[in-house]
Amino acid sequence: MSERKTVLQLTGVCKRFKGVFAVNHVDLNVQEGEIHALLGENGAGKSTLIKVMTGVYSADSGRIELCGTAVSPQSPLDAQRHGISTVYQEVNLLPNLSVAHNLYLGREPRRFGCIQWRRLQKDAQALLRQFDLNIDVSESLSSYSIAIQQLVAIARAVDCSAKVLILDEPTASLDAKEVVVLFRILRSLRDKGVAILFVTHFLDQVYDLTDRITVLRNGEKVGTFNTAELPRPQLVAHMLGKELQSIEAEKTASRSDDTANTTLQVERLSTSQGLRDINFRAQAGDAVGLAGLLGSGRSEVCAALFGLAPLTEGQLSLRGNHYRPKSPADAIACGIALCPEDRKIEGIVHPLSVRENMILALQAKRGWWRPLPRHEQNQLAADATARLRIVCSDPEKPIGELSGGNQQKVILARWLMTHPNVLVLDEPTRGIDIGAHAEILQLIRQLCAEGMTLIVASSEIEELVAFSNKILVLRDKQLHTVIEADAISENAVLAAIAGSN
Amino acid sequence: MNRRYLPVAVTAVLFVALFIAGSLQFSGFASARVILNLFTDNAFLAITALGMTFVILSGGIDLSVGAVLAFSSVLCATLVENYGWHPLQAFPVVLLLGAVFGTTMGVLIHTYKLQPFIVTLAGMFFARGLATVLSEQSIAIEHPFFDAINNFGFSLPGRGWLSSATLVLIAVFAFGTWLAHFTRLGGYIYAIGGNSQSAVLLGVPMGMTTIAIYTLSSTLAALAGIVYSFYTASGYALTGIGLELDAIAAVVIGGTLISGGYGYVLGTLLGVMTMGLIQTWISFHGGLSSWWTKIFIGGLVLSFMIFQRWIAVGLHTRLQQK
Repeated sequence: MSERKTVLQLTGVCKRFKGVFAVNHVDLNVQEGEIHALLGENGAGKSTLIKVMTGVYSADSGRIELCGTAVSPQSPLDAQRHGISTVYQEVNLLPNLSVAHNLYLGREPRRFGCIQWRRLQKDAQALLRQFDLNIDVSESLSSYSIAIQQLVAIARAVDCSAKVLILDEPTASLDAKEVVVLFRILRSLRDKGVAILFVTHFLDQVYDLTDRITVLRNGEKVGTFNTAELPRPQLVAHMLGKELQSIEAEKTASRSDDTANTTLQVERLSTSQGLRDINFRAQAGDAVGLAGLLGSGRSEVCAALFGLAPLTEGQLSLRGNHYRPKSPADAIACGIALCPEDRKIEGIVHPLSVRENMILALQAKRGWWRPLPRHEQNQLAADATARLRIVCSDPEKPIGELSGGNQQKVILARWLMTHPNVLVLDEPTRGIDIGAHAEILQLIRQLCAEGMTLIVASSEIEELVAFSNKILVLRDKQLHTVIEADAISENAVLAAIAGSN
Repeated sequence: MNRRYLPVAVTAVLFVALFIAGSLQFSGFASARVILNLFTDNAFLAITALGMTFVILSGGIDLSVGAVLAFSSVLCATLVENYGWHPLQAFPVVLLLGAVFGTTMGVLIHTYKLQPFIVTLAGMFFARGLATVLSEQSIAIEHPFFDAINNFGFSLPGRGWLSSATLVLIAVFAFGTWLAHFTRLGGYIYAIGGNSQSAVLLGVPMGMTTIAIYTLSSTLAALAGIVYSFYTASGYALTGIGLELDAIAAVVIGGTLISGGYGYVLGTLLGVMTMGLIQTWISFHGGLSSWWTKIFIGGLVLSFMIFQRWIAVGLHTRLQQK
């Protein structure tokens, strides 16, 4: 390992914002032909460090060396010219341009000042074939799935003669099958000698794919380790700076299935978004997990319950009453709450403060002609902040300044204030750090114990298994299997998702 | 057919349909002369609208073009009539000033991250004021060179006349097509309109592109001002009021998405020609006030917006089905 050539060397890199160190004297060494994981909780400085490497920010001090020569990228374009390419979590390509144009934007083959479209398309086709992609490159990028767009982004990055390929949470929006394809391609790139820096929240993927790991905490480097020599609990301890209390917990005792106690009953539910014939029942204190691959219908069930997609067939009942939400406002009035999947777009209202974000739903439920008095708002915000352990010095801070985990807690607080009967969580732990992750799982258990009904959609089977007492496995927008109580295990869920009946 | 071409195709079909309808209704409508007059009469609008196409493709807007046109026509007239310059000396100065004006707006928009709407609104007042300061009255231009240019052209069969204004328009159109579809800059403009954040990360030089877009728009507006001064043989500070809105309407009717990223240069030319054809139809009709043109165009713009929305929704559902 040590005789490998160093491609990217960071020495003592610092970056401060308003006097506070976001990255504090960090060293990083990425070698040719390795996949190097960059790990840390949210706020550990990963994104800042990446932005320094890619020229979005410039470092306050320290050196960046690429193959032995010092560089200081001034912009993403400049970094790309030096051979540092980045693929981000959200696909940063252009939906309106063709796939081929996306691959070669800014470096189109030209003759006499004219772009040679035919050659460009042929090159694009050939390039994508190396990635096992046989698609029509003249179609707009937006006509392909996110996974294909992600692969196109990687193909572009690699083809820009990347010496270093930085992948910032590339798997967050991919399903299991797509991740397999991506990893195969990354391994073959590694074998060709590309240095890959891989940022992710999924520890499974770290152990599956990477050769070495660098852990950051609070803007400082904890250390660089060989993946094979670092046991998982040790890694988590490095990331958190303390031993993680085992989140493996007492499984909720199985309760008798009591029809009288049913909070939510779903019968033959079909919606305009393609759901077909979904049946299930949830009692007070139940945590119902929704499992399945991306696109299997998890989010669609959440949307249907919250009045976001009109029902085409079937019926819902809520505590014995007929329930047919026409809009989210209807759903809220009936005591249903939804924490949406995409926190940044559908969850938080950026310019508003933490307090204002929290009271939104409660205020909406009361109606605008009965404003919540300010002292009540302050009290509610303070209570919620304490109860959910939201790390936030001042509830008047804009919510955008909080970390992902804390933003998620604010949204949870928003809905808990409305005292819902049914709380629907769509991917509650996506993109948040391990500490907050454990706390949110804890909170889910606590809410169930208090008698609330939770419906939780998640792509992380491990966490579903940890708190659910009933798991619905969806496939192709239909209910495939229901796994209950003692039968719940990661293997059972996986088998249901993956396999035959 | 690729769905992206649909809006342009619809405009083309609309244009042909209008032309056929007019031909059946009025004798003399279907002639090379009517078509070529469309070009001559609308050359200044078409040149402005072609510049506007790039601005809108990038997701911006340029409200200053009407005022820039007025300013350059007045400046042209002043230089030629009051200072005795030869038109060939005046033109480069006018074009250069137009370019500088656009560059300044582009720099302001990029450097201070200002809304194009506000910056070009300010530019509109500035240019209009400047034009009025130069001369409040209309200045008639009497110069042998102007006559020569106005008389220059090629006659075509069917009593058609390929005027110098049309030739300028054809050149600008060819340049615009090349720029949009065959150069890197063109790709950058589409990229910014598609998603400016992604464009930055893909290495699109934002500053250079933004400045180029507004420089181009203002330069073409100044060129349109020169063409307009030929067309009317005068310069007048109050000319071209509302022209920027006509140009925007032409771009939208031509199938370009007002939020940027989608559209074609050819569409804009078709849009201008469609608007011109409606005007011609109304003047052939004789009984209708020429303001009916505005009513028709209003209806057209609205239906195109709805049509594009419908296409976008269609694309969306098609994607979901995949």
